[in-house]
Amino acid sequence: MSLAFTYALIGVGLFTMGLYALIVHAHLLRKILALNIMGSGVFMILVALAKRSGDVPDPVPHAMVITGIVVAVSATALALTLMLKLNATSGRATLVDDRQD
Amino acid sequence: MHETLSQIPWALVLILLPLVTGMLAFLWPRLAIPLGLMTAAMQILAVIGLGWQIHSTNDAAYHHAVGGWGAPLGIVLYADGLSLLMLTVTALVGLGVSIYSVEYFQREQALRFWPIWLFLLAALNALFLTADIFNLYVTLELLGLAAVTLTALAGSKAALDGAMRYLLATLLGSLCYLLGVALLYHSYGTVDISTLAERVEATPAVWAALGLMGAGLILKTALFPLHFWLPPAHASAPAPVSAILSALVIKAAFYILLRLWLTIFSPLNESAATLLGLLGGAAVLWGSLQALRQTRLKLLIAYSTVAQIGYLFLAFPLAAAAALSTWNAVAYLALSHALAKAALFLAAGNLLCFGGHDRIADFDRVVRRLPITAAALALAGVSIIGLPPSGGFIGKWLLLETALGQGRWDLVIVMLLGGLLAAAYVFKVLGHSFTEADVMHEAGAVPKIMEWSALLLAIAAVVLGFLAVPVLDWFGLGEVVGIRAVSS
Amino acid sequence: MSDQSKQGISNDPAQIAALVRVLIALLVTGLGVVLAYVILSLPSVAVGLSQVVNVHLQQSGVTNPVTAVLLNFRGYDTLLEMVVLLLALMGVWALGGAAHFHDDAPGPVLNTLARLLVPVLIMVAAYLLWVGAHAPGGAFQAGSVLGAAGVLLLLAGWRPPIALMALPLRFVLVIGPAAFVAIALGTLVSKGQLLAYPVNNAGLLILVLEAAATVSIGVTLAALFVGGQPQDEQHK
Repeated sequence: MSLAFTYALIGVGLFTMGLYALIVHAHLLRKILALNIMGSGVFMILVALAKRSGDVPDPVPHAMVITGIVVAVSATALALTLMLKLNATSGRATLVDDRQD
Repeated sequence: MHETLSQIPWALVLILLPLVTGMLAFLWPRLAIPLGLMTAAMQILAVIGLGWQIHSTNDAAYHHAVGGWGAPLGIVLYADGLSLLMLTVTALVGLGVSIYSVEYFQREQALRFWPIWLFLLAALNALFLTADIFNLYVTLELLGLAAVTLTALAGSKAALDGAMRYLLATLLGSLCYLLGVALLYHSYGTVDISTLAERVEATPAVWAALGLMGAGLILKTALFPLHFWLPPAHASAPAPVSAILSALVIKAAFYILLRLWLTIFSPLNESAATLLGLLGGAAVLWGSLQALRQTRLKLLIAYSTVAQIGYLFLAFPLAAAAALSTWNAVAYLALSHALAKAALFLAAGNLLCFGGHDRIADFDRVVRRLPITAAALALAGVSIIGLPPSGGFIGKWLLLETALGQGRWDLVIVMLLGGLLAAAYVFKVLGHSFTEADVMHEAGAVPKIMEWSALLLAIAAVVLGFLAVPVLDWFGLGEVVGIRAVSS
Repeated sequence: MSDQSKQGISNDPAQIAALVRVLIALLVTGLGVVLAYVILSLPSVAVGLSQVVNVHLQQSGVTNPVTAVLLNFRGYDTLLEMVVLLLALMGVWALGGAAHFHDDAPGPVLNTLARLLVPVLIMVAAYLLWVGAHAPGGAFQAGSVLGAAGVLLLLAGWRPPIALMALPLRFVLVIGPAAFVAIALGTLVSKGQLLAYPVNNAGLLILVLEAAATVSIGVTLAALFVGGQPQDEQHK
C-alpha cells in the first residue's frame, strides 16, 4: 500500500474520530474542534490521493484544499464568536437540550 | 433595444450584482436600503431576461465557461429550466422579503441585515447557476454562513442557541458533501457535472459519494429525521429571516440533491429512490403532527415546513416511471410552497409586531384589527393545505395523479393524510384569529408595507393555481429531464 | 436526553449515556471501515487533471500549477471564497460585542518579540506573495502570515489609530474581493467572458489580484481576532 493511501486512510480516521467527538461531546468548543478535525481529515484525503499521479502531484486538489481551508477558517471564526456570545448571554457553553416536541 | 437587452449576460448579472451591491452596502451603510431594493428589483428583470435567453437557444440551456477554459479544467456556469425555476423563486421571494425588511429592521439591525442579505442572494444565484460540484460546495458554505448570521441577528439567548445548532448542522452537512466531492474527483478526475455524468458507473466510491452527499444535503434541507435544527432556528429568528430560511435556503440544498440525482447519480436512482420516498412520507406525517401540537405560530409554521419538504421527496420513487409529470409537480410544489411559506412567516412577523407575542391561543380578534394580515394567513394557508385554486393544489394534484397512475397507494394515503393534518393546523390558526383572547393586549402599530408584502406573496401563491400551463411551459422541465436521460 | 423511562433497562442516566456512546462509537467505526474500503478500492495510479493543467500552464501567466489553478483556471472559486471570508467578518461584527483590545502593557518578552518579528513577518509575506508565481506560495499563504503579524501586534498592545477604523478599514477589507469582481466585470465587458485574462498580461493581472487579496486576507484575519467592530461604528 503506497504512501498516498496510507495518508488517505489516516484522513478517514480523522474524519470518523471527529464525527464521534462532534456527536458525543456537549461543550461547544469541543464540537467546533471536532468539526475542524473532520475538515482536516477530508483535506488530507484530497491531498493524499493527489499524489497518485506520480512525481508531480495533481494541482487541482491542492487548490481545492486551499479554498477549503479558507472556508473552514471563516466558519470557525463565526462559530467561535457565536459560542462566546452565547456564553456571555447565558453563562454556559453548551446547547440547551430541551426540545419542544 | 431588444438586441442589446438580449446580449446582456443576465445569468452573470444575477451573480455579480448582489456581490457588488453587498460590498457597497458594507462600505456605505447609508446606501444599504436603496441598494438592497434595487438589487431585488433587478433580480426579477434578470430572471425574465435569462428565461428569454434560454428559450432562444437550441438546447434550452445557457452555458458560460468562466475564464474561457471550459470543463474539466475550468468552471462552467449553466442554466436550464430547473435553474430558472429556482432563480425565479429566489427573485420573487427575495423581492417580497426585501420590501418587508425595509420596515421590519430598525437602525442597528438594518445596517447589519442588508449587506449579509445581499451576499445571501448572491450565494443563492451562484448556487443555481453553477455546474461544478466543488463550486457548489463554496456557494453552499457562503449560503450557510450568511443564513446563520441572519438567524442570530436578534441576539437573544434563544436566537444564539438556534443559530449555533444551525451552524453546527450546516457545517457537518458541508463536510460530508465535500468528502463526497473528494471521492468523486479521485475516481473520475473531474468535478464538472456533465463530464462526471458521462463517466460515472455504480462503483463503491460512487455509492459512498451518494451516501455522503445525500446525507449532507438531507441534513441541510431539514428532511426527517435530520430536521432537528430547523424549529429552534426559526423560533427566534426575525420573521423575514425565517421566510428566507424556509422558502429559499432549504430549497437550495434540495435543488443540489435533485440536480445530482438527475445527472451524476442517475445509475443509482432506483435503489436509493425508495429510501428517499420513505423519509419523505415520514416527514409529511411527523411534521404535520408536530405542527398540530404547537402553541406558538412560528414553530407551527416551522414544522409545517418539515412536512412540506417531505412532499418534495415523495416524488423520487415516482420519477422513474413518469419523469415529466413528477418533476413538474415538484416544481409547482417548490414554487408555491416558497411563496406561501414566506407569506406565512411575514404574517407571523406582523402578528408578533402587533401583539408582542405569537401564542396562537392568545390571538386577539386579528381578523378585525389586521385584516390584510389575516387575509395573507388565509390565502397562504389555502396553498399549504392544497385547496383549489392555488399553486399548492396544482402541485399536490399532479403528484397525487402520478401516484395513482402508478398504483402507489401508500404514497396516496400519506398525501391525503398530510392534507388533512395541514387543514387541521391551518384552521387552528385561522380559528383563533377570529376570536377574542382572554386577556386584552395593547396593540403595536404594524407598518402597511409589512402587511401588504405578506399579502402579495400569498396572492402570488394562489394566482399560480390559475397559471399552471404557461408557467410549466416557461420552465420547460421536459428539456431538463430529456437531456439528462439522453446524455448519461 | 430527557426521556429516561426506558423499560427493561436500568434508569441510571449515566449507564444509558455510556450505552449510547458505545452505540455511536460502533456506528462511527462502521462508517470508518466502509470509507476505508471505498478509498482502497480507488485505482492506485490516477492522473486526474494534472496533464490538462500542464498543457495549459503556459497560457496561464504563472509557472506554479497550483497558483495557475487557483487564480486562473478556477479563479471563480477563489472569488467566491474571498467573499466567504469577508462575510465571516461581517457576521462576527453583526453579532455585536465590543472589540477586544488589550489594555495592559505587554511584558518585555512579548514587547521585544513583537518588535523583532513583525517586520520579518511582513517581509516574509511579501516574499511569499512574489514567489507564488513560480513556487509554492501566493496570496493565501502571504495573507495568513500578514494576519499573524497583525495578531502579534494586537497582542503586544498596539491599537490602530481611531481615524482609520471606519471607512478606511472597510476599504482595506473589501479590496480583495472587490478587485476580483472588478476584473471579472472588466473581462466581461471587454471580452464577453468572465475572468478571461488576456494571455500577455495574465501574469501581471494575477499579481495584482494576489496583492489585493493578501492585504485583504491579512487584515480580515487580524480583525477576526479582534472579534468586534471598532467602537467608531456603534453610533449609526
